Amino acid sequence: MIGWIRYLGRSGLHFFERLGRGSIFFFNVLMGLPFLFFRFRLVIQQLYVVGVLSLLIIIVSGLFVGMVLGLQGYNTLVDFGAEESLGVMVALSLVRELGPVVSALLFAGRAGSALTAEIGLMKATEQLSGMEMMAVDPMSRVVAPRFLAGVISMPLLAAIFSAIGVMGGYFVGVGLLGVDTGAFWSQMQAKISWSDDILNGVIKSVVFGVVATWIAVFEGYDAIPTSEGVSRATTRTVVHTSLAILGVDFVLTALMFE
Amino acid sequence: MSNNNKEAPLIEIRNLHFSRSGRMIFDGVDLDIPRGKVTAIMGPSGTGKTTLLRLIGGQLKPASGTINVDRHNVPELGHKELYKLRKRMGMLFQSGALLTDLSVFENVAFPVREHTKLPESMIRSLVLMKLEAVGLRGARDLMPSELSGGMARRVALARAIALDPMMIMYDEPFTGQDPISMGVLVQLIRLLNDALNMTSIVVSHDVKETMAIADYIYVISTGKVIAHGSPEELNKSDSPWVKQFIHGMPDGPVPFHYPAKDYLEDLVSGTG
Repeated sequence: MIGWIRYLGRSGLHFFERLGRGSIFFFNVLMGLPFLFFRFRLVIQQLYVVGVLSLLIIIVSGLFVGMVLGLQGYNTLVDFGAEESLGVMVALSLVRELGPVVSALLFAGRAGSALTAEIGLMKATEQLSGMEMMAVDPMSRVVAPRFLAGVISMPLLAAIFSAIGVMGGYFVGVGLLGVDTGAFWSQMQAKISWSDDILNGVIKSVVFGVVATWIAVFEGYDAIPTSEGVSRATTRTVVHTSLAILGVDFVLTALMFE
Repeated sequence: MSNNNKEAPLIEIRNLHFSRSGRMIFDGVDLDIPRGKVTAIMGPSGTGKTTLLRLIGGQLKPASGTINVDRHNVPELGHKELYKLRKRMGMLFQSGALLTDLSVFENVAFPVREHTKLPESMIRSLVLMKLEAVGLRGARDLMPSELSGGMARRVALARAIALDPMMIMYDEPFTGQDPISMGVLVQLIRLLNDALNMTSIVVSHDVKETMAIADYIYVISTGKVIAHGSPEELNKSDSPWVKQFIHGMPDGPVPFHYPAKDYLEDLVSGTG
């Protein structure tokens, strides 16, 4: 019993210690952002690595998620004779929830883990120390461009995910199951609100972008500089980001869609 | 600069205390690094030689004591002042620490691009001059993964001197090198120090090579400076510590055995 309490206490202390370190790190990253006004080329390079290279997985996943939504939605709605509302159902599910959440989870697996591994290996091979000794701040030069690129990429990837998902739903609902095209698009247009649905979805994905990229770059920077340490940090990035996104999603949903 | 300043040591360390994870690394270290000379810091593995370089470079902060580099107390410097001072320092890491996604040319150009606004043609000339100095002008288009350990260190050396620093710190430059690479590095350290009028600090436990190029040597063990002097003075030293280290004797003041309980008692106890 005592051992269990001790373990709980130690784990709690460890959690808060890391949270504190992560918060200071986040503050330092924000301090490094103004430097990027003069070196935006660094952000563009990272936008390619973090954003463009994630496109394939986002597009393919978005398409399949939309197709599944179309199929499941049709099977449920047709029992009530409401299959013409399929467009609204697919679009609302994607824009409000699945677009931001699934694309953030995919982002954590594809780009987040890569960011952690890259920064962790730079630390393990003394590249970050080398930069410090060359009077180049790795926080501004390495971490901040990656962080900003992640925050910019995330809402764009979520938007692409949702748009492709709607196309997938359309393909299954209208193309294969015979839902009326006009009803599919017009109901979607009439029922989806710009401020309540789309804007809230965008806000969600921006928050997820901050959370996912923050965790990824922090885990890399804080990794124990050994191959095992980097491997553990990469795993932690995916696990912690996934849990954090699902938790934050609940809070944001509760606040946005009361 | 007055004559006085020219003669004053470039680095003065006084009463340095530093510990890590509860283990004392430095317990009142005093040492001076004279300007324009090659000074070696020697000692057995794990005595904190690399830590000392990191303290001088401001990457670590001591528990107490002063580290004056060109009259700036490094632990008290703010971020901006420290980075300004580091522009005048070079450091050669044991691994080379080359940026793996940049070619040899771009690695050497990296500090120049970061800290100056020189035109591309001038950067090219400057980088080629530095690479020529280390004999690797022909390797400019190679990536770090295509270099041998010795070549990587020479590229790192070219990068470290790219901005013509006042001093350069070498962290175990000879470790894991074949005799030819070792000879090249030994020659380069001495040559660059004299040609560029720099101050060099070489941290190493390779006795022969270090004694061949150093003007002055500090031997560190158990958190203290246990001996210092010119290579000749250390060679003649009566200190059992120095004798054991210089002549590579397996047992002596630095014991062969890691501290443990009595051998016989350990064998018969049957546990632990």
